[in-house]
Amino acid sequence: MITTRKPDGTHRVVITGTGAVSPAGIGVGVLWEKLLAKECCISELTRFGKGIFEVKVAAQVPPHDVTELGLSKKDARRFALFVQYAIIASDEAIRQAGIDFGSIDPTRFGCAFGSGIGGMEEFESGCKTLAESGPTRVNPLFIPTMITNMAAGNLSIRYGLRGECTDVVTACATGTHNIGSAYRSIRHGYLDLALAGGSEEPFTPVCLAGFTRIGALTKAVDPLNASLPFDARRGGFVAGEGAGAVVLESLEHALARQARIIAEVVGFGSTADAYHMTAPSPDGEGLTRSMRHALDEGGFTVDDIGHVNAHGTGTPINDRTEAAALLGLGAAVQERVPVVSIKGAIGHTMAAAGALEAIVTALSVAGDLVPPTTGFAVADPECPVRVLIDSLEAYPQKVALSNSLGFGGHNATLAISPYRS
Amino acid sequence: MATLDIVKEVLVENLDLDADGITEEATLDSLGIDSLDMVELICDLEDKCSIEFGEPEGIETVGQLISHIDSLK
Repeated sequence: MITTRKPDGTHRVVITGTGAVSPAGIGVGVLWEKLLAKECCISELTRFGKGIFEVKVAAQVPPHDVTELGLSKKDARRFALFVQYAIIASDEAIRQAGIDFGSIDPTRFGCAFGSGIGGMEEFESGCKTLAESGPTRVNPLFIPTMITNMAAGNLSIRYGLRGECTDVVTACATGTHNIGSAYRSIRHGYLDLALAGGSEEPFTPVCLAGFTRIGALTKAVDPLNASLPFDARRGGFVAGEGAGAVVLESLEHALARQARIIAEVVGFGSTADAYHMTAPSPDGEGLTRSMRHALDEGGFTVDDIGHVNAHGTGTPINDRTEAAALLGLGAAVQERVPVVSIKGAIGHTMAAAGALEAIVTALSVAGDLVPPTTGFAVADPECPVRVLIDSLEAYPQKVALSNSLGFGGHNATLAISPYRS
Repeated sequence: MATLDIVKEVLVENLDLDADGITEEATLDSLGIDSLDMVELICDLEDKCSIEFGEPEGIETVGQLISHIDSLK
């Protein structure tokens, strides 16, 4: 007899579908392959005339024809890039989950899908039109094109998802918070299924200028030596774009329709630093607490952690803080637990990051295989954590953690386990 | 360019419609043009025809749309 409930009577929640649009390409398969092969997906910034910009490198989604990926020409024209990425990733996740929309209750299928900054291209072109031609020439669809909830809204419309539909916005923790929020809705019985994730399109002049001016982006010129998580040489993150989507489902619902279960989300932690607008609290206390909550909820202890999929942005302060947060779980944890940051390979995809990392974490626990950290070579005494240079194979785990931090002091952690009946 | 051709061009470009189906007799409804499409269409037609479209009532067919635009030129 399979127990579909947690000891406290709430629902167990499993991942039954995954989808990705990332600098590695279209699909989860190519992302996973490139991570394992330590292939760096960062290149010269080509999305717009970058001559005057200090930032020279970017983690861009490779060129693709969206009309060959399920979008109509009208969708491609009307939807902001972040919505298009969300749709392509979600189509893959829904397909992988094998959803038969004829035999499920759409009012029990929700959507939690976020973006940190929304349709920046539309925003900037709207401002330009206003300045050049006046208010009567601004695109009448300006608002519904650029607002951050329009990935969630359009996904709900596309698949007819009529349960709760939300967009949690927590900057670079957005992807993790949306998955966590959907997990809670299913856990507590408000939904049977949810499509969850995050999407981002940061490659516009104002957006990159803003991230540069605040000192967050690396000014490295060599794309292969730019995103360096936990490395002593790191000088900032590499901006990335894309989307990650998962289908979450109550175990009961997944078993009833004989779905293929990829992994189980066993816990979610969500805390605040209450410290600073952009800097994480140096002691990492908020993140430590977030990890602890996620572990506790799943009934695990720190000794059970198989690995941590870190936020690992490659900014001096972020990586130092994460190392401190792991120390907060215990000196032995900091020394023992393998840590991976996939941002060395695909840059920092912001709202998409937490979703893509949750997918990678799920595949890691499901396959007893943890990918290495691309870009890491020189250990930093200020980040004394066990960064994986090579993948860990034949490495069964009880639970793994995926962390995200966002401007504003948001911390979020998903605890993900291999599915065991 | 005749107004019909401008309307056709915009509809083909914006909504990926088949140009042959866009006749004066066709209703906007039968072409699948919803309220958001209409807002966008008007915006583009104002640009291309140098008109202020206003808020006319009772436009149901492509022909009526064209007559309204021509009356503004």
